[in-house]
Amino acid sequence: MKEFLEGSLAVAKVIQLCKPGVVSAYPITPQTHIVEELAQMVADGHLNSQFVNVESEHSAASVVLGASAAGVRVYTATSSQGLFYMAEVVFNIAGLRLPVVMTVACRAISAPINIWNDQQDAVSLRDSGWVQFHAEDIQEAIDLHLIAYRLAEDKSMMLPVMVCMDGFILTHGIESIDVPTQEQVNKFLPDYQPLYKLDPANPLTMGPLVDPEYYMETRYAIDQTHKEALDLIPKITAEFSKVFGRNYNGLIEEYLTKDAERVIVAMGSVCGTAKEVVDELRAKGKKVGLLKITSYRPFPAQKIYEALKAVPKVAVIDRALSLGSYAPLAAEVKAVFFGKTKKPGRISSFVVGLGGRDITKDSIKEIFRLLTTKESACCEYIDLKPELLKENYE
Amino acid sequence: MFGPLISKPGSSRSNKTGSWRIETKPKFLQKNCIACNMCVLVCPEACIHGEGKNTYTCDYNFCKGCGNCAEICPKADIVMVKEESRE
Repeated sequence: MKEFLEGSLAVAKVIQLCKPGVVSAYPITPQTHIVEELAQMVADGHLNSQFVNVESEHSAASVVLGASAAGVRVYTATSSQGLFYMAEVVFNIAGLRLPVVMTVACRAISAPINIWNDQQDAVSLRDSGWVQFHAEDIQEAIDLHLIAYRLAEDKSMMLPVMVCMDGFILTHGIESIDVPTQEQVNKFLPDYQPLYKLDPANPLTMGPLVDPEYYMETRYAIDQTHKEALDLIPKITAEFSKVFGRNYNGLIEEYLTKDAERVIVAMGSVCGTAKEVVDELRAKGKKVGLLKITSYRPFPAQKIYEALKAVPKVAVIDRALSLGSYAPLAAEVKAVFFGKTKKPGRISSFVVGLGGRDITKDSIKEIFRLLTTKESACCEYIDLKPELLKENYE
Repeated sequence: MFGPLISKPGSSRSNKTGSWRIETKPKFLQKNCIACNMCVLVCPEACIHGEGKNTYTCDYNFCKGCGNCAEICPKADIVMVKEESRE
């Protein structure tokens, strides 16, 4: 049934349908509405979960780690500083191979403090071993949560999944949402059957101290499982479309890229704006397109190669930085083509929308325009205000 | 794919840690013991046991040779002696 819902509320509703046994979270803007709503559902008796109030994100992540290790489905959500405060536990959850699902309402990182949207928080934890999905709109965000649980709990995976949705733009935006029914969710997402769990009757140690004789294999196993996930994700999304009628590739989405001469590569809500610009420019006969990356981890290198190998000019949009180096997504897209014969003539890199600066249709048009100039851009900032850089503190 | 992440823990019955002991171990003389129980109370391994005077001894499978018992004994009835051979 279609409902007109705020993004956070829509996520809470879909988590309710997934019936997690334990929910633990600490409020932080712009994630707060999600767990606030879940807490209300528990209080009102509409969700039979244990909602554990905690004193920090570090504790929230630790609670879901412990609960997941004890064999129940769990859920948490956070943003920005909260995710960083969790960081130690985030790595542990992946290392322990626990199928935790977490929403990250993407937000800029301090200092200076900024509560608005970019993707620095999630992108900074790309090496944690979590699967990382980035949603374009609210519908995709809630659908990705269902896909996330299926993927995480698959007995060949047992990996945690982060569903990243742009803070405010998606968490506080309002859309007409097709909210799944409990029957649909039950059909797609069976009850969680843990592969292993902490049980006093059958004691085991998870994540024991491993010396140099053992450690490398644990990391290699996670890396290989990510590679296996590249095959599993499309199978799960195919099942998803059978039950819910919505089609996702789960890894990438190619939007009018087949004959395109200029293609933008991006993640998250900016893809919606880019699609609109692509439509407008296509109406004027310009051959432009968009490649949306849904799965940042595992990184779908082969799919990206196939999608872009014949495109003359590519622009990669980053909404996060690796300060002092190349923009992260751009560096990885370029790495896909290193040593390949077939590759784009040019891969330019642009940084946009940090700390919630609006990415307008004009910003996207400017990027398409810059692709027609002679020089290729490397980490070029769009909509930067040079006049603000002239302040003198001497 | 999974790595070596999970192990079945053995209990202290299977993990005999007395081999960690170096150089000295307590010797319970059982001559002047007054059964004050102080050695039992100070033993960090809880491996000393006895019922009544001159019956106290320890389980060398777990004793680390810290010497707390010899130190606390008011009758000097426990002495630390050189470790002769490995168990």
